[in-house]
Amino acid sequence: MTKTLKAELGRVATGADAPALEVKNLHTQFFTDDGVVSAVDGVSFTVKQGEALGIVGESGSGKSVTALSLMRLLDEPARITEGEVRFQGRDVLAMSPEELRSVRGDRMAMVFQDPMTSLNPVLKIAKQLIETMVVHGRFTEAEASKRAVDLLGRMGVTAPERAVESYPHQFSGGMRQRVMLALGMSNEPALLIADEPTTALDVTIQAQILDLIRELNRDYGTSVVLISHDLGVIARVCHRTIVMYSGEVVEEGLTEDLLADPRHPYTWALINAVPRIDEARPLDRRLTTIEGQPPDPLNLPQGCRFAPRCPFRVEKCDVHPDLAEVAPGRKARCWVTQAGTTLPKKTLRATAASAEATPPRVIAGRDEAPLLKLRDVVKHFPLPKTGYFQPRRVVHAVDNVDLDVFRGETVGLVGESGCGKSTIARLVMRIHQPDSGEIIFDGHDIAKSTQKQIRPLRRRMQMVFQDPYGSLNPRMTVGDIIAEPLLFHGITKGKAETQERVDELLNIVGLNPRVGRRYSYEFSGGQRQRVSIARALAVRPDFIVADEPISALDVNIQAQIINLMLDLQERFGLTYLFIAHDLAVVRHISDRVVVLYLGKVMEIAPADRLFDRPLHPYTRYLLSAAPIPDAAVERERGYLKLEGEPPSSISPPSGCRFRTRCPLAKPICASEPPPLVEHEPGHLAACHFAGQLK
Amino acid sequence: MSVAGEAAAARRIAPVPTKAQRWRRRYGLPAVGMFIILVWIVVAITAPLLSPYDPNLVDVSNRLKPPSGEHWLGTDALGRDVFTRLLYGSRISLTTGFVVVLVGAFFGTLLGGIAAFARGKVEEIIMRLTDLVLCFPPIILALAIAAALGIGTVNTIIAMLAVWWPKFARLAHSMVLTQRSQEYVEAAVVAGFGPGRILFRHIIPNSIGPLIVLVTLDIGNAVITFAGLSFLGLGVVPPTAEWGSMVAEGRELVAQWWVATFPGFCILSIVLGFNFLGDGVRDWLDPKARKR
Repeated sequence: MTKTLKAELGRVATGADAPALEVKNLHTQFFTDDGVVSAVDGVSFTVKQGEALGIVGESGSGKSVTALSLMRLLDEPARITEGEVRFQGRDVLAMSPEELRSVRGDRMAMVFQDPMTSLNPVLKIAKQLIETMVVHGRFTEAEASKRAVDLLGRMGVTAPERAVESYPHQFSGGMRQRVMLALGMSNEPALLIADEPTTALDVTIQAQILDLIRELNRDYGTSVVLISHDLGVIARVCHRTIVMYSGEVVEEGLTEDLLADPRHPYTWALINAVPRIDEARPLDRRLTTIEGQPPDPLNLPQGCRFAPRCPFRVEKCDVHPDLAEVAPGRKARCWVTQAGTTLPKKTLRATAASAEATPPRVIAGRDEAPLLKLRDVVKHFPLPKTGYFQPRRVVHAVDNVDLDVFRGETVGLVGESGCGKSTIARLVMRIHQPDSGEIIFDGHDIAKSTQKQIRPLRRRMQMVFQDPYGSLNPRMTVGDIIAEPLLFHGITKGKAETQERVDELLNIVGLNPRVGRRYSYEFSGGQRQRVSIARALAVRPDFIVADEPISALDVNIQAQIINLMLDLQERFGLTYLFIAHDLAVVRHISDRVVVLYLGKVMEIAPADRLFDRPLHPYTRYLLSAAPIPDAAVERERGYLKLEGEPPSSISPPSGCRFRTRCPLAKPICASEPPPLVEHEPGHLAACHFAGQLK
Repeated sequence: MSVAGEAAAARRIAPVPTKAQRWRRRYGLPAVGMFIILVWIVVAITAPLLSPYDPNLVDVSNRLKPPSGEHWLGTDALGRDVFTRLLYGSRISLTTGFVVVLVGAFFGTLLGGIAAFARGKVEEIIMRLTDLVLCFPPIILALAIAAALGIGTVNTIIAMLAVWWPKFARLAHSMVLTQRSQEYVEAAVVAGFGPGRILFRHIIPNSIGPLIVLVTLDIGNAVITFAGLSFLGLGVVPPTAEWGSMVAEGRELVAQWWVATFPGFCILSIVLGFNFLGDGVRDWLDPKARKR
């Protein structure tokens, strides 16, 4: 494995004579009503023949605009105002519309983030593939239709002969992204630009797509530009990486070096803000974060753009630094590292062996009855009938789930989309009513209660939502949003007292009380999430369900929110049911973790135990699929590949729901659903062959 | 300069529009629409000050006079000053337009909102009733109802209202349906709020944008429908000055073109005004369009 990669890197290095793509001093500006925004501000980089280059950055860093500029896909009010984009020696910016069309989709292809909207919904897959191939004159209609089937097969689409005759809506997100890749690869392009190709996908599907991109790069010599906010994704695919901040490249180097030893404080901050899945939970769970927000693009600082947030700031940072060599083959835009200073290393708490060394957190409530107890909870959502005499079909969202949450602990709920984790959150909060089963909150069975009966309990259980944009009423000020439950439950009386409590709450979540008069659209995602937390805290709950509270945020903001939630837990003795799909985050903040698959519990275990010694095959695959932001580890790690897609939750498989994708599956798995058995104290798994996967 | 450089320069030739140009491109027509409507509102209020004549004074000796210095837009078959009658006619048109649309929008939104929020049987009943009303061509149905109620401004307004609310109910229904699945609504449920509070304090304020657009675009529509009904002999009781009935009075007077033409232009201008304004309101309320 290592050998081939070394050889590959060697090949890439020798291919330096003719770069596939050369970008020099690219400037892309948006002429908005408020002024000129320089989204891409003097970006230069080269992609060698056969190389995979990663572009990393937070939202607003200009990485997507860079990608669009490469193909000149931007519309007014955006304009490329300066610079050069040379693709195979030709200047893309000087091309006539005809030339540009002949290059796009032929020599240079692009895969976008959202697979759900980037295919034409009214054309069959075959038609879209054939059209792309025929229009560039490479293939005749007959050749193209044969090739379309080949391509889909190569991209891992099952039954490609049938798939070409389907429409996009008949495919899942992962399948559509495969079709997008097939489209991109249909004319054997020299360069594939992939803009966050896996962000909308589940982790096991992400692993499959990343494998595919890596194969295209390795076996067909296609150069790749991969844009992502996820360092793990970059580590898995890219040879070289550039980091963007505020429209500029701030660091460039081999991925391995850059991730192991960042030379720009921003890269350093990105790496340190994310917990790692292969790292045992430290005693102090707070993550390293940096203050503040990226600068306002209309009002950029004169000096280093990162300086206002930089923990290593020196006086010289008032002058804007250039991107200069800091070590052989490495460049950084930073006065501090250019002067030879090294940034502090992240101390890795190694796994397995030393995991036992970190004592598990003491949960006071573990000896009492659980604060929340779910027994045999079932929720099926009916689908509209397809015909009057057809039987009504249902989505099996949650099936016979048992779950305990003890006072003071954090229980992590993980699983891929459609596993029922959000439904469980909404059942617990009684936004939905379960079809059957018991939901016992502190002795009260709320499964069948009316909203009116639950109302007093609403003061004790609250929820933080996923979407920071959708979870705050846009027509209310932030202060009113927080004050509403206070007044409604009669917790505070009168204007002054309410105002005082609102200010206090804003303070608690780290916001200036003055912002209470503003509307939510004036805030960033992270600030909105703080408001959402303040609203949840307003009624002084002791139990909070957090449904993917950080998945829509940039990594540094994620770290800030995690730290805030940890602080609040300590300060108010909160109990959390924490739902996430990011396994590293779940490992970091949970005491116990519950793994779900298609509405069923697969495994329950203390966090470190589950991540170090998973018993259920599905958990093994899930952990293995998650990319680690460390190129060296990624390279050495032979990970398990989970084939196929999750089956439909309308007609889930009989017996064990995972059996259709499980390599251990035997006839018994189809006939008998495996019970959730305690294999070791506190470690439960629902598998007939638990722990037997090599 | 290199070839590429020249090409790059050529690419940049189109000048970047200035702020004023962008504003004009986006809000130019809406501003015109707003201006037209404001002018008509001022005219409606100050009509008696703008003309020395009585709109209903019959002067047969002066009948069918062409436009002149004395009678700017001529006189009609009964010798009434057309210009004066147009000024007074704006009162009826504006009032009926606003009343029909606002009242219709109020009831339509209420019914549609309740339907979408309550779901189940209530939704079925309200929405099927909406469908039922929408089945009939609105102007024919309004004509039938107005004919049954008898001629008169109020009766015609009632007839129009009977056919006007369903489109608002439809729109409000779909708006509330989209809003109720938003997380802030779930947050309100989690806070323990009751259904009334959630509907009226949270969902409806967030559904109001497209409704406002429809209201603005629809006033022109209501004006033209009312004028149409008046043209057909319903609507106002003669001799009240109203544009639709004025067109009707002039439709056989081919040689005396001014009698029918000018009220026609008035209807055109006010409808155009509301349409321009409505387009602008839509752009302005759409955050995506506004950001650009």
